Formats: sequence, structure tokens, C-alpha cells
Amino acid sequence: MDLTADFFTLFQLPRVFRIDTAELDARYLALQGEVHPDRFVGAGDAERRRSMQWATRANEACQTLKKPLERAKYLLTLAGHELAAENNAAMSPAFLMEQMEWREGVMEARVGGDQHELEHLRRRLGADMRARYQTLAQRLDDQKDYPAAAESVRQLMFLEKLRAEIDDALAFLDEAEG
Amino acid sequence: MPLFQISEPGESAAPHQHRLAVGIDLGTTNSLIATMKSGMAVVLNDVEGRPLLPSVVRYRADGAVEVGYAAMRWRAIDPRNTVASVKRFMGRGRQDIAHVESMPYDFVDAPGMVRVKTCAGEKSPVEISAEILNVARARAEAHLGGELVGAVITVPAYFDEAQRQATKDAAKLAGINVLRLLNEPTAAAIAYGLDNAAEGIYAVYDLGGGTFDISILKLSKGVFEVLATGGDSALGGDDFDQRIFCWALEEAGLSRLSPEDAQLIMTRAREAKEFLSHHEKAPITVKLGRRAAADHAGETPETTIDLTLDAETFTDISRNLVDKTLKAIKKSLRDAGLQAEDIKGVVMVGGATRMPQVQRAVAEFFGREPLNNLDPDKVVALGAAIQANLLVGNKTGDDWLLLDVIPLSLGLETMGGLVEKVIPRNSTIPSARAQEFTTFRDGQTAMSIHVLQGERELVSDCRSLARFELRGIPPMVAGAARIRITFQVDADGLLAVTAQEQTTGVEAHISVKPSYGLSDDEIAAMLKNSLAHAKDDALRRALKEEQVEAQRLIEATQAALKEDAHLLEAQEIAAIEAAVTRLQTHILGDNRRQIALAMDDLAFATQEFAHRRMDQSVKRALAGRKIDELSDLDDHLHTRTEKEARS
Repeated sequence: MDLTADFFTLFQLPRVFRIDTAELDARYLALQGEVHPDRFVGAGDAERRRSMQWATRANEACQTLKKPLERAKYLLTLAGHELAAENNAAMSPAFLMEQMEWREGVMEARVGGDQHELEHLRRRLGADMRARYQTLAQRLDDQKDYPAAAESVRQLMFLEKLRAEIDDALAFLDEAEG
Repeated sequence: MPLFQISEPGESAAPHQHRLAVGIDLGTTNSLIATMKSGMAVVLNDVEGRPLLPSVVRYRADGAVEVGYAAMRWRAIDPRNTVASVKRFMGRGRQDIAHVESMPYDFVDAPGMVRVKTCAGEKSPVEISAEILNVARARAEAHLGGELVGAVITVPAYFDEAQRQATKDAAKLAGINVLRLLNEPTAAAIAYGLDNAAEGIYAVYDLGGGTFDISILKLSKGVFEVLATGGDSALGGDDFDQRIFCWALEEAGLSRLSPEDAQLIMTRAREAKEFLSHHEKAPITVKLGRRAAADHAGETPETTIDLTLDAETFTDISRNLVDKTLKAIKKSLRDAGLQAEDIKGVVMVGGATRMPQVQRAVAEFFGREPLNNLDPDKVVALGAAIQANLLVGNKTGDDWLLLDVIPLSLGLETMGGLVEKVIPRNSTIPSARAQEFTTFRDGQTAMSIHVLQGERELVSDCRSLARFELRGIPPMVAGAARIRITFQVDADGLLAVTAQEQTTGVEAHISVKPSYGLSDDEIAAMLKNSLAHAKDDALRRALKEEQVEAQRLIEATQAALKEDAHLLEAQEIAAIEAAVTRLQTHILGDNRRQIALAMDDLAFATQEFAHRRMDQSVKRALAGRKIDELSDLDDHLHTRTEKEARS
């Protein structure tokens, strides 16, 4: 095992999308328990530097594998399938239309300060995304259809961004009240 | 001078070899020193049995220095040479310090950090803090009977780069080996968690004299994991005194007061606040105008304020202060992706949490009684002592892992005065992140790198941490160079930045030094404003983007003119140049629509030119000659879209 090992190898987890997140947490903490700089406070410079590199790597690995979208992107990269996210022409027109409708809905609710509507949209979006993540899981783990998985990822990138926008709008309303 | 060695993690120290380590809470008003004695964390008192070390330093003309209670006596008599609250100046420039005019000190603006001119010469806040730490170290060594191996020093969770670095430097100056800089709420969580074998998600509510921190932590077997931290560093117990003060003036119908009278009422206000922690009503009785009457007989009559402040009124007049803390809690919960009901317990830290209305509000917000089983003044120092003991490897049977986060996002300036976040706030440290950037102009050989801290989108709204330059980039067309900028934050929350051009390996490196810093007020305000101004930012951001785009268009047009003017008639050139000039004028303004229109005009004016250039290129291509421009254009587009995809 060295610093350049891939994140799945680092945590000794199978290289799949459907990971056991509890297991990930446990492996992460176990690794940090060994490498964290707090364990090397009295050590020499070189060891301390190494400790920081390892702890940093463990944090990066855990963050990447913990978030489903990041994990999917990482799996695609490992599979040698670059995301080609710039190629938005590959997005289906139906999806893009749907996107515009979502966006309009969010914009309207935000401008109108309609917290209820924003929450409603967020729930609907959440349900939609859950279904897409399931599809993504099938494409990655069962079918190993990477081009199709890449399409799911591209769509989910849009949707995650949209969800973040809804969250920002909700936070803004929350902040403004009182 | 390595005083000890841990060759392997987990390797036990030789038996009976107890390493002397302490925790130091280097506070704004008071500092505390604690250590582990027979498995218990204890605060170390001074020779007179007092636990507090007032954070006050006095410089005497004979070169002697007084610290603590000895210095405090001189605050009124020798204010210029008696420095209090030096924590507020750490890592700060003169312009960063609020109310600098009303302070009795003779500030000297030095590059990076302000200095105080005393009879013993100019002193930097780092030196002044070092005097406090010196006394702390001496007290520890007197108690422990030996030289210290090291100390954990606590800092507010909101402390930025410059403030952390300054604190570490002060310790170095005091001859203290800093085992770790530890966030104050995290230290409290350690003390509480271990004492109560707590497991689950806990919040630490830390309301001190002048700052408010909130941290959300996950405590599980042997792990303290900070999930999110936030706060409002311009909010503390002092603000509650101020509310009572204002209320008293209004009730008594007073407006103009002598400084002495104002000070007197403020003192009574503070006493009333403390009295109300245990009583329903507090009397505020003040005899005013005494000195004035003596000095100018007949001019200012003596008056007596005789008021009663009840608990309910106090709650009313301080309600919005308490609400502010609740807002900060909400934000941190959101950052952690949690709800109030997910919190298993709320640990109360800081003297100001003694106020009943604070206790009630927190209880109501979380739907549970807050935890007050540890002394709110001492818990931070105790936690620091416990952590120090662990870090030097003294075995207590317990062993735990502490995972903390950075409080504010770190980023880089990109074109148009925008900030691109590289490491977002609440990232677990140590943390590293790399981002690739490219050159903006053809033949660009240097790139200026500006490191920033904050949540807002515009450079002008974030804190500047450092600027440095990457030189020696080989001349390439715009967008061809690949400059990888790496941020590394260590376990103390300190940042180092490296820049490297990928195709050639040219490198530049900087450790962010304490030459810049932002006031706690600024950090708090920055965080608060990042949401409040989100809309405003979006507009300004759009304008900036338009300006950058316009600048690109102008430069591309000028480069094309320089190269291929032979394809144009004189009047065609004149028309294009006129359109360029118009656009240049509009870029200076803040009307985004005007810029957009002028860009359209320029695009229109160059349409024919573009066709002719393309024809020329195609002809060359057909002639079998390599067209650099074309492939370069491809590279450029590729780089940009890659970056867009990442964001």
C-alpha cells in the first residue's frame, strides 16, 4: 500500500458504486487512527510530513467515496472512462427541457420568497434523484455500461447543482426572516 | 531540541516517564493553564491561589515587564504602556482593528501586523502575547517541577490563518513547543465528552466576553469529529452589558454623560446582568455628576439613577442578541446536514452562558436542557490539557482521535476579481486540493497568485491572505499553459500554497505568513453577508464576468488586427477600431447591458474580418501547413470546458 493506491484499495473496499458507507467510515477512522498528525507530534520532520500526506489522502479519499456523485465520477475515471462533461450535446433534449422547467420553478419560488414551494420542489427533486442514483448504480455495478453511467452522472451533476441552488435559496429565506 | 521522541505511533513511553504538558487557554480577557495530574485535568493556580491570569501586559520604562493582576492595576494610571485584549490585534493590520481611535494605545502601522509603541519600544501583538505565555509557562513549570515538553494552545474556531500563525509564533517566542493549536469549542467537547463518556452528536455553544462559536461534533467511541463550525465573532457578554446600559439611559432620561459616569453605569449594568443570573430583579443605583459637581460647582447637578431591572425586561432588550446566536446554530446545522432534534446534547461554554435567557433559548431551540456540568470558564483549558497529555504520549488508558475542520473557505482570485473556492469551509484537516488554471494572454510568462479566505464571491469581500508570483512560464498562447495550484492545510489549520506549471515543472511555493489578517468582526460579517448579499453578489458577478469577456474580445480583436490587417480596407479597420474603443469605454462603467450591446456591435463589426481570416486559414490548411492558431483555439476551448465541468 502506498500513497498512490486508489481510494478503494486504500480502504480495502470493493471497487463498486454500492459501497457500505458504515464500513467506509470504519475503515477511514481506522486509517486516520494510524496516520493522523496527532500521532506523530514528537516525531521527526520527515515522519510528520509523511503523516500529514497520509492523513490528507485519507480525508480526500473518504470525501470522494462518501458522496455518491463523486464516487461515481471516480469509478468512471478508474474504469478509464473520462466523463467528457463538456459534451453537453450528448444530453437528451427531453432532459434539457425538464431542466429548464425545474429551473424556472425554482427561480419563481425564490423570487416570490415561497419557502413552502421551494421545500416542495426539493422533495420532488430528491425523489427524482434517488431514482436516477438507482439507475446509476445498476449501470455501474450490474451492467458495467460506462457510457450510460456517464450520462447518468452528467444528469445528476445538473440536478445536484439545482439542489444546491434550492438549499441556498432556502438558507437565504431563513436568514432574512426575523 | 527534541526533548522526546515517538518513533512509532502507539508505542508506549517508558514507565514512570511522565512527560510534562499543559493546555493553555490564551483568552482575550483572561488566560488559564491546565494540566493532567493523577489522571485528572486541573487548572493551575498562581501562588496566591487564583486560577485566572488576566491577559494584560505592562511595559515599564526600566525595561521590566508586568503581566496579569500586577499589570491590570496600571490600566487606568498608565494606559499607554498597559496592553489588554491583545488577542484582538493578533495577525491584524491597523485598519483591521475596530474602534482603534477609542483605544488608549499608540499604534504603529507596520507591514502585516500593527504594533504598539510603549516606553520599552515598539511591541508587536506576537511579542505581547508571548509575555503572557511566558508567565503561563513559568507557572506550569513551577507546578510541575520541570521543563515543559509542550503545550496545546487554544484559539477561537473562527481564527483565520494569520491569527493562528501569530499565536503559534508567540508561543515559539515564549519558548513553548506548540503541540497543536486547538479550537476552543473542540477543546470543550473533549473535556465534556471524556468526562461523561458521551456518544452521539453534540453541539458546543461557546459565548464568551466578545465572541460566539458554535461547533457540531460527532462523538463516537474514541473519536471526536467536528462536523461543522460557525459563529458570530462580534457577539459576546459585553453586548448584553451594552443593552442594559442603553436601557438605563433611556429609563433615566439621560443623554450626555461624562466618560466617568458612562463607565460607572456600564459597571453597574454588568453587575446587574450577573445579579439577574440568580435573582428575578436587579437594582441599578448610580450617583452621577459627583466629579463634575466638584470640578465645576453649580454646573452639573448631582443626580441619582435608581432603577430596577427585572428578568423579563432584560430578556426583552437582549432578545435579538440571543436570536443571532440561534441563527448561527441553524447555519451550522445546515452545513452539517442535521436538524436540531439530531443533537443529543448541548455543552455550554463561556461565562456569558450563565444568563438564564441564553439557557432558556438554547433549551427551547434544541428541545432539551443544555449541559452545564463543567465550569464554563475552565472547560476550554481543561480540554486543552487533556489533549496535550495525549499528544505527548502519556498513557491514561484512554485513546482517541480528533478530527477538526477549517472554519472559512480558502480560494484563489480568478479573472475579473472573482474568488474560486479551492477548499470549502468545514473541510476536515489536514486537507489538500489542487486546481488547474491557465494563462489569459498570449505569451504570458508570469502568473500572479492571490490567496483568499472567506465565503463571498468577490475578491474585495474576502480576506487577502497572500500574493505571490509564478515566474518563468514558457511563452505559449493563451489557455495553453497548465498551472496547477495546490493548497495544503495542516493539522493546525495553517495553509501552504504551491503553484506548478505542468508542462515545464516551473514551481513556486509559499507558506502563508502572518502578514495579513482579518478582524473577528470581519469574519463574522463576511459569513453573515455571504448569504444576505447572495443576490447582490450574483449581479456584481455577472457584471464582472461580462467585463472579463469583453476584455477577452478586445484582446482577441487587437491580436487579429495586428496579424491580419492586410485582409482589411482602411475604413474597415477604422470601423473595427471604433467599436473597440466604444467597448473599452463601456467596460469602465457598471452597466452590464451597455457592455453586452457594445460587445454585440464589435462582433458585428468584425464578422466579415473573421470570415476572411477563416478563409485564409483554410487555404493554408489545404496547402498542408500546420495552423497553430486553429489547434491553439481547440486547446483553449478544451481547457475552459474542462474547468466548467469541474465546477
